Amino acid sequence: MQLGQHLPVLQVVIPLLSAPLCLLLRNGRLAWMFTLAVSWLVLVGAVWLLLQVLAHGTVSYALGAWPAPWGIEYHLDHISAFVLLIVSGISAVVLPFAGKSVAREIPADRVSLFYTLYLLCLTGLLGIVITGDAFNLFVFLEISSLSSYALISQGRDRRALTASFHYLILGTIGATFILIGVGLLYMMTGTLNMQDLAARLPAVTGTRTVRTAFAFLIVGISLKLALFPLHLWLPNAYTYAPSVVTAFLASTATKVAVYVLLRFLFDIFGIAYVYNTMLIDNVLLPLALIAIFSGSGMAIFQDNIKRMLAYSSVAQIGYIMLGISLANEVGLTAGILHLFNHALMKGALFLALGCVVYRMGVARIGNIAGLARSMPLTFAAIVVGGLSLIGVPLTVGFISKWYLLLAAIEAGHVWIAVLVLLGSLLAVVYMWRVIEAAYFKPAPAGFEEVQEAPLSMLIPTWVLVIANLYFGIHTELTVGVARQAAQILMGAP
Amino acid sequence: MSIELLMLLCLLIPLIGAVLILYTGHWPNLREAVSLTTAVLLFITVTQLWSAVLAGDATVLTLAEPVPGITIAFAMEPLGLLFALIASFLWIITTIYSIGYMRSNKEHNQTRFYVCFAISLAATIGIAFAANLFTLFIFYEVLTLSTYPLVTHHGTDKARHGGRIYLGILISTSIVFLLLAIILTWHLTGTTDFRAGGILAGKADGVVTCVLLALYVFGIGKAALMPFHSWLPAAMVAPTPVSALLHAVAVVKAGVFSVVKVIVYVFGIDNLAALHSGDWLAYIAGFTIIVASIIALRSDNLKRRLAYSTVSQLSYVILATALLLPVSVMAATLHIAAHAFGKITLFFAAGAIYTAAHKTEVSQLNGIGRQMPWTMTAFAIGALSMIGIPPTAGFLSKWYLLLGTLETGHLFALAVIIVSTLLNAAYFMPIVYAAFFKAPAAPAEGPDTYRDAHHDAHGEAPWPMLLAMSVTVFGSLALFFYAELPLTLARQLVGGS
Repeated sequence: MQLGQHLPVLQVVIPLLSAPLCLLLRNGRLAWMFTLAVSWLVLVGAVWLLLQVLAHGTVSYALGAWPAPWGIEYHLDHISAFVLLIVSGISAVVLPFAGKSVAREIPADRVSLFYTLYLLCLTGLLGIVITGDAFNLFVFLEISSLSSYALISQGRDRRALTASFHYLILGTIGATFILIGVGLLYMMTGTLNMQDLAARLPAVTGTRTVRTAFAFLIVGISLKLALFPLHLWLPNAYTYAPSVVTAFLASTATKVAVYVLLRFLFDIFGIAYVYNTMLIDNVLLPLALIAIFSGSGMAIFQDNIKRMLAYSSVAQIGYIMLGISLANEVGLTAGILHLFNHALMKGALFLALGCVVYRMGVARIGNIAGLARSMPLTFAAIVVGGLSLIGVPLTVGFISKWYLLLAAIEAGHVWIAVLVLLGSLLAVVYMWRVIEAAYFKPAPAGFEEVQEAPLSMLIPTWVLVIANLYFGIHTELTVGVARQAAQILMGAP
Repeated sequence: MSIELLMLLCLLIPLIGAVLILYTGHWPNLREAVSLTTAVLLFITVTQLWSAVLAGDATVLTLAEPVPGITIAFAMEPLGLLFALIASFLWIITTIYSIGYMRSNKEHNQTRFYVCFAISLAATIGIAFAANLFTLFIFYEVLTLSTYPLVTHHGTDKARHGGRIYLGILISTSIVFLLLAIILTWHLTGTTDFRAGGILAGKADGVVTCVLLALYVFGIGKAALMPFHSWLPAAMVAPTPVSALLHAVAVVKAGVFSVVKVIVYVFGIDNLAALHSGDWLAYIAGFTIIVASIIALRSDNLKRRLAYSTVSQLSYVILATALLLPVSVMAATLHIAAHAFGKITLFFAAGAIYTAAHKTEVSQLNGIGRQMPWTMTAFAIGALSMIGIPPTAGFLSKWYLLLGTLETGHLFALAVIIVSTLLNAAYFMPIVYAAFFKAPAAPAEGPDTYRDAHHDAHGEAPWPMLLAMSVTVFGSLALFFYAELPLTLARQLVGGS
């Protein structure tokens, strides 16, 4: 029980301390197994914490036993426990896949370094979610960002370096903006604890400083979550990063950034200020819609499938932001729900693409013609993942779409519902290009028969695929938690 | 056995069949035996539900509840049973036919073909038994997706192009219109269940009802109402058994079945009649009937002509329903059955001609009746049923439809029926005439001597195909003489609403 009390901090401390240990393991295989063990341990903790939150409500932990407004507080409520589960869950599924994939894509002498970076990135993401302190959040954000720049640069293609550098520049601008925003808030309130900030801000919201802080924070976070038009770093970064990194970051990093946004919008600034005074929905709503259409539209014209899915991610973030900007409880539920559901679908799709890359070197529409015959399980995974992305019933994508549409209708915007539906048609188009090429085009002449991907890669892929179906039918957990989280966020002062 | 178990079995049998077919793919004889056994078992199971439906048993089988209040659930009602009976019975016949067709034409990927066929049937049963709009929507989409590989079966550029149109129109209409309509219905009424009398009664005013009706009838693209009909001709690139069972029976009937079901159980006939929000539907349906018939008249490709004939015949069902009278809804129900038997016969005949003589165009059919008397006799009887001449099933449904138009005094509908009957005769009868009475084209016209030798030598199609055709012809005639079966269900349907 003693250990149980310290679980919130252990979620961060364990991977953080494991990172340097991992570097000491010179053997890549050993490093992988060690990372895997750490990640699973973290998942067990995350599940335990979520149950704790569901049973008893908010969990609070004072770091170093310094009480809240002065010391750093770790603070877990429904939404943070939910996102914690997403991050640790995806990591726990991706890592078994990583064994073979990383061994193929990363030079042997860099493998343990790779896992060290991975652990640091995981630490950062978990820390962002779990902390209740605005400056501490920035610190973890930097840990995760710096390690992810390095992870992306490990891609085999030399263009990974420029992609990583591009992301480094934009990501740093975003992080700096966030730091400036937090600094301004500190200047006005003298506190960094989020709960405390929320209590003290209403007294000074009229000031120009707070308004400036708000603007810096929104822009900075939007850069990190790749909201249109601040998404320019994302397509290249996802395309050229190693398969494992793409799958992990696409399913977690942007989700965590959305979490940060929710935290600031609803908890710290408060719904009245955000929607009634600053009218942020007037900015976010059009951007979200443009993101949906431009992202999906760009996806249609990509030849590289990883890049296509990267643009699709831009669109999917649009859906999440749309739910948030509808400013009603169902919309917020839809947005939070889609954090989870999108992690599942993109995780499954990027892992399946990892299998294709493992065998073919690169996944392009041009070189997968007829490949479904040789790799039936991999492409079956792509089909199911694609259907989920489109939002076909019995998949998680449908559940998200259902709530999003309901939210739009409830807000009195039937036209938004129509646009969302039209947007999902674009998803049909870009996914169908892949399916048609793989299943219905004959393999080119002189095509060398390839084998199905190894089992250690197929199993994690299919775990996520089955999760796509399972959570599309049994939604008690996901919808339940998302709704509770939305209620808490909407109810916050 | 309990009703729940029977309904579950009806869904599972084709799915289990699909898995078994997949694993017996290396032994064609065994694979086709499995396919046939599955079809027979399914039909027997569906017939077991008969007495429950007549007794008005409304037991609901709930499988899951993905969103609170919205369930994947199944319940029996007369229209659904009729649809399931037709589809499962004709599946047996089509399987027999397919064995002859696929082997004679040496098609590739036969295992995929039979697997997808079985999955489509499972989806069809799901649509037939759906207890709410949500369940209907799920299986509607499954049916679209599972028939796509059948449409693109040949894998040629033309097949892929046809597949794209097929999928594009069906998916777009269902996602943009149908799903939106379902969500709006849920928003307005808080339920998606099919209930006698309609769930929208009293919940929506005239304008909203009108918009919703448009979203539903165009959203159900499988009903092929113009202007969303072009997927059906595009789907004709598929092998003929697919066109026969799926694009004359299962898929298109799923469309009109859904339209009837939505009008009867979601809007409510009386509600819609009182609001006058659905008056325009009869005109759209009438327009579709006439225009599709004219296009059929001008098509030389036999399957294309049949496809446009289907588009036009489907709108009969919608026209009948749109008159919003008990007797016209009965006509719609009967026409679903009558058209199924008639049109599948015509497609079987078209496939037989292709298999035996490798002919696809109407203009090539002169004198073919002499070499293929059985096939062309079947074709003639099927055509009579389409036109609505006794003693065929088509006469019955037209009779009830005429009763309906006379009762409402809907002159437009009456005129449409008369004109389209003439048009039907105009595009079917010349084929029959040419086949039996015109002299075959002179051999010298053929491009090469090999084909000419083949052209003269061919006889009838393989026996499984002839057997299948005989059964459906017999069905068309039997439905006329023993109409009690569909009529009982049709009465039950309108009695309950």
